[in-house]
Order: sequence, then C-alpha cells, then structure tokens
Amino acid sequence: MPEKFTTLTSKTLVLTQENIDTDQIIPARFLTTTRRDGLGKHAFHDWRYDADGGETNSILNEIDPSARRILVAGHNFGCGSSREHAPWALMDYGFRVVISTDIADIFTSNALKNGLLPIVVDGETHADLVAHEGQDVTIDLEQCEIRRGNRAPATFTIEPFARQCLMEGVDTLGWLAGKAADIAAFERARGEAA
Amino acid sequence: MTQSNSPRTLFDKVWDAHVATPESEASPAVLYIDLHLVHEVTSPQAFSEIAARGLKVRRPDRTYATLDHSTPTLPPNAQGERPYVSAAAKAQVATLEENCATHGIRLAGWESADRGVVHVMAPELGLTQPGMTVVCGDSHTATHGAFGALAFGIGTSEVAHVLATQCLLQRKPKTMRVTVDGALQAGVSGKDVALAAVAALGFGGGTGHVIEYAGAAIRGLDMEGRMTLCNMSIEAGARAGMIAPDEKTIAWLKGRRHAPQGAAFEAAADAWLALASDPGARYDKEVRIDGAAIAPMATYGTTPDTGIAIGARVPQARSTSDERALAYMGFAAGEATTNEPVDVVFIGSCTNGRLGDLRAAAEILRGRTIAPRVRMVVAPGSESVRRLAEAEGLDAVFREAGAEWRLSGCSMCLAMNGDFVAPGQLAVSTSNRNFEGRQGKGARTILASPATAAASAIRGLLTDPREFMDATKEAAHA
Ligand code: SF4
Repeated sequence: MPEKFTTLTSKTLVLTQENIDTDQIIPARFLTTTRRDGLGKHAFHDWRYDADGGETNSILNEIDPSARRILVAGHNFGCGSSREHAPWALMDYGFRVVISTDIADIFTSNALKNGLLPIVVDGETHADLVAHEGQDVTIDLEQCEIRRGNRAPATFTIEPFARQCLMEGVDTLGWLAGKAADIAAFERARGEAA
Repeated sequence: MTQSNSPRTLFDKVWDAHVATPESEASPAVLYIDLHLVHEVTSPQAFSEIAARGLKVRRPDRTYATLDHSTPTLPPNAQGERPYVSAAAKAQVATLEENCATHGIRLAGWESADRGVVHVMAPELGLTQPGMTVVCGDSHTATHGAFGALAFGIGTSEVAHVLATQCLLQRKPKTMRVTVDGALQAGVSGKDVALAAVAALGFGGGTGHVIEYAGAAIRGLDMEGRMTLCNMSIEAGARAGMIAPDEKTIAWLKGRRHAPQGAAFEAAADAWLALASDPGARYDKEVRIDGAAIAPMATYGTTPDTGIAIGARVPQARSTSDERALAYMGFAAGEATTNEPVDVVFIGSCTNGRLGDLRAAAEILRGRTIAPRVRMVVAPGSESVRRLAEAEGLDAVFREAGAEWRLSGCSMCLAMNGDFVAPGQLAVSTSNRNFEGRQGKGARTILASPATAAASAIRGLLTDPREFMDATKEAAHA
C-alpha cells in the first residue's frame, strides 16, 4: 500500500546523468532478498562504494538524505529492468519524488505503487531545477504543481487513478480485488469456470 | 464486448479481447492475464503480500514458475550441494519452492527437465500462444510477443495483483509500427536487427508504446530470431514488441506440450492467423528501417542503443553522459572498437540462449580454438536447449574450442548468481544490456550476436563473423 502523498517541501538532489538505469539504482547482486525493506544502503551502491567497499566521494555519501527528498535526474530515468527493488531502494534511502524529462514505464508504475512520485517535466523546468540544486522545492500533488522560490509554478500531469491512490492512500490491490465479480463474469463469458 | 468496424492492429485485437472492465477517465482498464510467469527474484514479496491479506492465488492453472536468475550454472558437488553464490540466493530459491507448493503452482524446479530462463522455457513448452496476454516480473517478457501475444514486464506489486486477481490495472498504451523492409544480408541475425532497431529508436524512444514489427525482413526471420528481436523492445523503452502470427508461428507451436492438440490446434491456428493487423490499421508512430543495410552490429557504449556496424568508428560524444560512457568503456570517438583485447565472451540469456543461437556460434567455432586470453562461458537458455545441443554434439564443439559449458540460467546476463565479468574486463556478450556494472562491478560489455561472439572469442578481438563464415564456406567447397 502506498504511503499517502499530498504536498512535500524539501531540498533537491541533482544527478544530471542521462539514462540512469535500474542496475545503477540497485545492482543485481543485491536482489537476492525476499524482503522489501533495508535496500537503501544499496541504493546507487557502485557509485557510492569502491572495489574495497570504501565510500567514494559521491554526493550520495555526503548529503543528509532526510533533508533531500526530491531527486532531480537526467533524461530517461529508471530504464532497464522491472525490479521494484529500485523504488524500494530509493525510498529507503530517503527520496519521495523523482523528477526527470523522461521516466521509464515500468519504473513509473512501480514507483507509484509504493508512494514514490515520478514527475516528468519539460526541459525548461528541468534546467531550472538543475541550476538551483539544493534549494527548497514544493511538490503539490493536489494542484499538480512544482513551486520554487518566486518562480511561476510548473504544472505536471499524472495518471488520475494513480494520483487519487497516492492522495488518499488507496490500496490498489484491494481496489482490484473489489472487481472480483467483473473478473468472474469475464471468465464465464469466455467459457471458463472460475 | 462491442467493437467498431474500423481497422484494428494486432495489438488492438489482443487488448480488446482481454478487457474485463473498460478504462474511464477515473480509472484504468482491468486487463485479464492469460499466462503469468514467475521466477524467484521478483516474486517473494508478492507472495508475502497476498499471504498477509489472506488472499489465494486466483488461477494457479494460469501461473507457471521457474528458477533461473539466482541459480548456479555449475553442477552440484559430490554431496549434492549446489554452489549458490550466497545463503540469500539459496533461500530465495527455497522461498519460491515453498510458495509454489503452498499455492499449487507448477514449478520447473531443479528436478524438472523443463527448467530454463523464463522467456526461453515458456515458448518451448507451448505455454506462450498467439493472442494471449502474458506477464512476468521481468522486463524481457516482451520476448513472447514474437508469437503475436501481448507480453510485458511488471513489478512485484503487480505480480501480487495478478496472483490475487489474474488481472492488472492498465491504461491503453500507444502503438508504433517498426517496418524492416528488404532481405537481410548473409551473416546478419535477429540480434543484429534488434540492435539496429534499438539504435534507430533511441534508448527511450519507445516509452509508452507497444511496437509491432513488420516487413519482409521480419517475415524472413525464424521464430528464434523474432524472439530475439521482440526481447529487446524494452531496450528502446517500449513495454512490448509484437509480430503477427504466420505459418512459421504455427509450425513452431505444433506439437508443443501445452499447445492445443489435434483438431483444436487447427481451429486455434485459424484464429491465430486472423490476429494480423487489418489493412489500413493506424499506429501512433511509424518507423522504417532498411533491412538490407543492416550489418553485424556491436555496441560501444553503456546503453543498448549504441549499436554500430562492427568496424565502424565510434561517434563523437554529444553529452556528458556520452563522455562518461566512452570513458567507462575505454573507447575513443573516431576509433573502431575492434582493436581492444576481449577478456570474456558470454553466450546465453533469454535474448540469445536458444538452440539456433548455439548452433550459429558452434558453426564458427567448429575445429577452431578460442584465443588464450579469452574466457568463454556458454549457458544454454534452458535445460531442453542444453539436452538438444548435447545430442548434436555442440557441447563438444564448445569444450574443444576452450569454452566452459554450463547448466542453463541467466548467468552472466545479470551476474547475480556468481557468474560475472571482473572489474575492467571487456566482454562480448549475447545478452541484452551493457549498462555500467550489469555483468559485474566495473565490467565493460559489448552486445553482439552469437556468431559475432564466437568469432570474437577466436580472435580475442571484436570480430565480424562473416570473416569466418566465408572461410567455412570455402572449406566446404574445397
Ligand atoms: S537472461 Fe537476462 S534478461 Fe533474460 S530473464 Fe535472465 S536476467 Fe533477465
């Protein structure tokens, strides 16, 4: 069930690299877990740790994640594998919002189911956020607005059902399970005993 | 379901036939799933989720599981213990075994002759059929689209949705037709077409779309080549890739264990052929590629859309991300990538681990040996592929050439089972992703076809396989 999300104000962290794939977000060798929690320590692992396990000078090791809950990333974020471990790791690390000029389909779907808000913005808004790294930004899901300082708010779109689920904390699986009668009718119409 | 009379695409036909509840402004469609494939890595949290709610698996008969991602590809020791990379990997496999037993789900486990990489195994068994909706907690599920199925990858939360309800909440995606005209040159395989298509579309160029591949070059591909092509649709960001069923599709499925049998098969075949897009059907986007112009391809960067003809020069970097990729790979713009010593060659994965792939590689290796510096690992895509290959003596060809012949599994494709490329090493791999660290921390990956991988193993340098194909022909004529 996703954590509820309405409005968040936090400082941003900027990773301008394009095509940050899910193998960067969480390398495959950390996927042997059978749990959802505890993956934050492996988020961006190979950027944060060198071959001997020592910390690199990556900004991800230097910031206080609880104060930087908005990730602004380069084009085509979250591409690659379907691993939901990617949003789990990002959230466990501390992020609640990811902003890019393009975000991969499966990542978007996975993020929304966990309360991590993926936002696609135009190049101009993105450039402004990159240029003002570390400043406070407000993400308002009710108005679908991104606000920074005195700048005119930027609007974004999000699939309406996902937005409602996030704002009200709707449990998608519960909602879908509530369609059991329709699903059974569909199976009967195909001549299958449910 | 009411349908308009306007011409429909293959995708439209499959989509329309699976809408249990139509979408509205407020909520997505409830899409019914015919086949749910499950593996050990993306399912444990989904089973825990439904267990926590006291839900059952709605249709265990539409669910099929295998062990592939975290499984060792070396055989058990004398005590019968499998060389798992970690206790966690072993526990993950045990968890799937327990979950399948609890819920009555068929599992192609360690003892099964059917076990294999999920996207190799399911078509082999005839589980995948035209017109079906197929999902798996794995982004390469698009592979099954080669049969005219709508097949796409899902995350673990959605795995729970399908386990509990046999359905997914989905907005209808956009459609794109990629037409590959002309006849492919000799020595050009489905993998080269896939790399050319991904390069043409760009890494995120397919986001939000389902691709239909069409054209003479696609019809000319065999089913294995079509699976390779559809498999890599996700590398352009597309949710799915599809190819209309034809006589090749039908011939391939006939007699497969889970395919309809006898008169039922003939009836099914007629329905499958009718899935082809109607003349005049419209797509949101159209892309054309000249199939005759595709040469054997290999990537130079750290995204799968960086395929160029083998021997062509690496293009100039256009962004800091490009610069970073070239620095990681150790390649310079303006130079060819054929001079850099290759350390590892991997043949396998759901992209190129099928029998035809192994044959193509073995044909080049037969009677030759790999360069001394090269470590070559061959992991068949399934146990069935392994048995068939061994029956033909392909294992001996690989072994005699100096390669390691393994059990089936994902192996070095994602390097989570203990098979990996060491830091800094350069690999020519038949898998699908060349991301930084995909094949092991610091590993540098060149994606290519099985024939190219084999030719590169012999030379110890990235090599156009046609150099050896011509030689083979000459030898045969001599
Ligand atoms: S072979 Fe590679 S791409 Fe295919 S399912 Fe396994 S890990 Fe995924």
